[in-house]
Amino acid sequence: MELQFGLPLFYFLLLGFAILMYVLLDGFDLGIGILYPWFNTDAEHDHLMRSISHVWDGNETWLVFGGVILFGAFPLAYSSIASLFYLPIMLMLIGLIFRGVAFEYRFKSTTSKQWWNRAFAIGSSLAAFCQGLMLGVLVQGTDNNTLMMSSLQWLSPFSVFTGIAVMAGYALLACTYLTMKSRGAIQQKAARYGQRLLLFVMLAMLLVSLWTLWAQPEIRQRWFGGSYALGLFLLPLSAILTARLLFRDLGRVQRQFAAEADINARHESRPFWLAASLFLLAFTGLVVGLFPYLLPRHLTFYQAAAPDNSLSFMLPGIIIFVPLILAYTLWGYHIFRGKIEDYEEGY
Amino acid sequence: MELDAALLSRVQFAFTVSFHIIFPSITIGLATLIAIWEGLWLKTANPVYLQLAKFWIKPFAITFGMGVVSGIVLSYEFGTNFSEFSRITGAVLGPLMAYEVLTAFFLEAGFLGIMLFGWQRVGPKLHFFATLVVAIGTWISAFWIIAANSWMQTPAGHIIVDGVFQVDNWWQVIFNPSMPYRFSHMLLAAFITACFVVLATSAWQLLHTQHKSMARKGVSMTLWLALLLTPLQAFVGDLHGLNVKEHQPVKLAAMEGIWAERETGVPLLLFAIPDKTAEKNHFEIGIPKLASLILTHDIDGELAGLKAVPADERPNVALVFFSFRIMVGIGLLMILVALIGAWLRWRGTLYKSRWFLTVCSYLAPTGVIAVLAGWYVVEIGRQPWLVYGLVRTMDVVSPLPAERVLFSLTLFVATYSLLFGVYLYFMRKLIRKGPRRWLICTNSSLVSKLQATQSP
Ligand code: HDD
Ligand code: HEM
Ligand code: HEM
Repeated sequence: MELQFGLPLFYFLLLGFAILMYVLLDGFDLGIGILYPWFNTDAEHDHLMRSISHVWDGNETWLVFGGVILFGAFPLAYSSIASLFYLPIMLMLIGLIFRGVAFEYRFKSTTSKQWWNRAFAIGSSLAAFCQGLMLGVLVQGTDNNTLMMSSLQWLSPFSVFTGIAVMAGYALLACTYLTMKSRGAIQQKAARYGQRLLLFVMLAMLLVSLWTLWAQPEIRQRWFGGSYALGLFLLPLSAILTARLLFRDLGRVQRQFAAEADINARHESRPFWLAASLFLLAFTGLVVGLFPYLLPRHLTFYQAAAPDNSLSFMLPGIIIFVPLILAYTLWGYHIFRGKIEDYEEGY
Repeated sequence: MELDAALLSRVQFAFTVSFHIIFPSITIGLATLIAIWEGLWLKTANPVYLQLAKFWIKPFAITFGMGVVSGIVLSYEFGTNFSEFSRITGAVLGPLMAYEVLTAFFLEAGFLGIMLFGWQRVGPKLHFFATLVVAIGTWISAFWIIAANSWMQTPAGHIIVDGVFQVDNWWQVIFNPSMPYRFSHMLLAAFITACFVVLATSAWQLLHTQHKSMARKGVSMTLWLALLLTPLQAFVGDLHGLNVKEHQPVKLAAMEGIWAERETGVPLLLFAIPDKTAEKNHFEIGIPKLASLILTHDIDGELAGLKAVPADERPNVALVFFSFRIMVGIGLLMILVALIGAWLRWRGTLYKSRWFLTVCSYLAPTGVIAVLAGWYVVEIGRQPWLVYGLVRTMDVVSPLPAERVLFSLTLFVATYSLLFGVYLYFMRKLIRKGPRRWLICTNSSLVSKLQATQSP
């Protein structure tokens, strides 16, 4: 990378960071919505909702941030990606609307509670699925045909598969979040589902990776060709080790519960961080394959970048505010630390 | 009839943004009021302030939620439906919106959780701080988005290279000629809107419920605020109009219903039916020479009319004309209400005048209606331009298949209609329920907690 790519490269990395933050944070709260139908009683549903009702808004803001960074730093990419994915974006937004208002209305309703339960579960699942669809297209690569806005290429067996895989991944994150934030039966259930979802997610990651290597010579070249190829293989290796540890931790939580032993705090909270690391590794692998494209094989980040003047105008804001945002977000999580059962009633 | 994707995209944007602005215009003012109440409670330990804050936080929460979900739609709609527009203006508008997210949205979202759910987790002072931060966040958010919108109205500080906008001077882009007026007018509008929502509710509570002390405080405070803010709003609006005259003469001609290329001694029309094919008004009722007097400070002052520009550079005159009258009409009505309130207070009969309280209890939606009407003046009056004088709306719409836009538009209309009904239902329910009972007795745990912090 020459120096002239400096600022665009910075924004490319920032965009990656925003997406990663979004996927991790909104991932676990969309995941709660995806898991929702697998919990049955009203008390369990209350518990699930309460576990995230104070954080979902902040989590979703990362999506807005990603969008405006794309808009401000890569206007060309924002305009083509957004109109290309017209329908999945619209459906995702509708999903987010329904799940978002469900938080407010469910707790205040008596007769319509069932409807808000559905709105929450279906809305969350729809949003996650649409995100997976779009991810699928980015992995699959786009041909010239796709660039025509009338094309429906984002709907393929492959993208449907990635859609489901992303749903499973978010649900896995949610399971580990619940393992950390709950006690008793809910924690058990979460740990049990978490193990199954983990197996599915690992399988999906394997299939997607193999498919990509088989179908996309450029990516194959990058993984097996270059001098740094050996280093890259640390990624899948660490992923496997992380998954193994995660599986064991989730198993321990269940066994200790069955034996009526006190559950080791480390085993309760470590799964969440392990699952997050798994996402981080998968995401890094993805970026390795895509770099330097924003829209695979069509548009690189330096082609799409806004003039330097705009990029440097945003820079002070980012340098000052992103650390500040991270600090008060952390503080917010800190204030609501501990188990959800211990939360007092809301407002 | 051939479906027109461009037209559908415009209708969809107009519909979704109109839906969105309903909620910010309430939350901005309400967050500020709640912060004021909490502050007053900390200062005076008078439980009635705490009661007001805790009562209004619930309607605030559902309004805020609606604002968030409808706002996210907008930030993606620029790209989905106006791709060419995003491409050419991204370098100017994108950074402004990035600053909005960095300095406002994260702030609001980060502290909202504490404001809504943190009563038992943080002390009263920290809670007040969180509420204050949320309120300030909403003002900052308005600042940036209004800067972006005002730049589209009165563009400045940019250069155009190969048809793409680039920034020459950020200060001029942000503080473009109409920005200070639009920002102050909008913030005042939001405070006024929230005041009238609280006034209407409190008046109703005073008439029909037992929560008298809280209701009285609500009526009294909001009437004081209205007395201060509504005349100020008319004053700022007048300055705003002068600014429009200078920078967007065609819009002004549409607002005032002036057709002749140039006209002296222009009357202020109270009513008329503008006819764009005949290029004149029907059924005019006006006050002679008043418009000239207001806008040029000279009874024979000259104003430019619509015929000064070709027909395809004129906005939809009737919509602008009527929207403007609705806004100003409501503004005058509000001033009148504030004055009557002051007079009744001076007479000492404010809380006993059932007729006045009844009138007040119907005024809840007036602020929102005026806000929408005001935005229609601004936005429809700008057409056919998207960036005034530089970019035409019809040239920068995404070349999408029409059925697809029709599909999403239908989805939004259905979703938003449903949700708006739900929103009104829950607002009504929360208001009917009144404040929680434990708050009414004075020695609630929070009050003792506060007293503990105040007497070390
Ligand atoms: C004068 C005020 C104002 C105006 C003209 C707009 N907004 Fe807004 N918006 C707000 C004032 C606001 C707010 C007060 O900050 C909100 C309302 C309630 C809320 O949650 O924050 C908000 C929420 C909100 C959100 C969600 C923020 C979050 O995740 O917390 C987004 C993405 C937008 N808006 C985007 C827009 C766009 C793209 C607009 C223009 C086309 C727009 N808003 C007009
Ligand atoms: C929040 C209050 C607002 C309301 C109620 C509003 C309303 C409207 C309406 C009614 C139109 C349609 C005009 C027409 O096509 O005849 C429009 C157009 C437009 N407005 Fe706004 N607007 C608001 C704020 C904004 C802001 C803050 C921005 C940008 C930062 C913006 C950007 C646009 C754009 C891009 C269009 C062109 C699309 C179209 O013609 O439909 N608006 N708006
Ligand atoms: C009473 C006298 C009032 C006058 C003379 C007045 C004047 C104006 C003018 C001239 C504009 C258009 C600016 C443009 O096209 O760029 C405008 C816009 C607007 N008005 Fe008013 N207004 C008044 C009252 C009100 C009231 C009571 C409200 C709401 C409570 C309100 C809310 C708005 C809003 C939201 C806009 C669009 C955003 C903005 O420009 O700030 N106005 N007003």
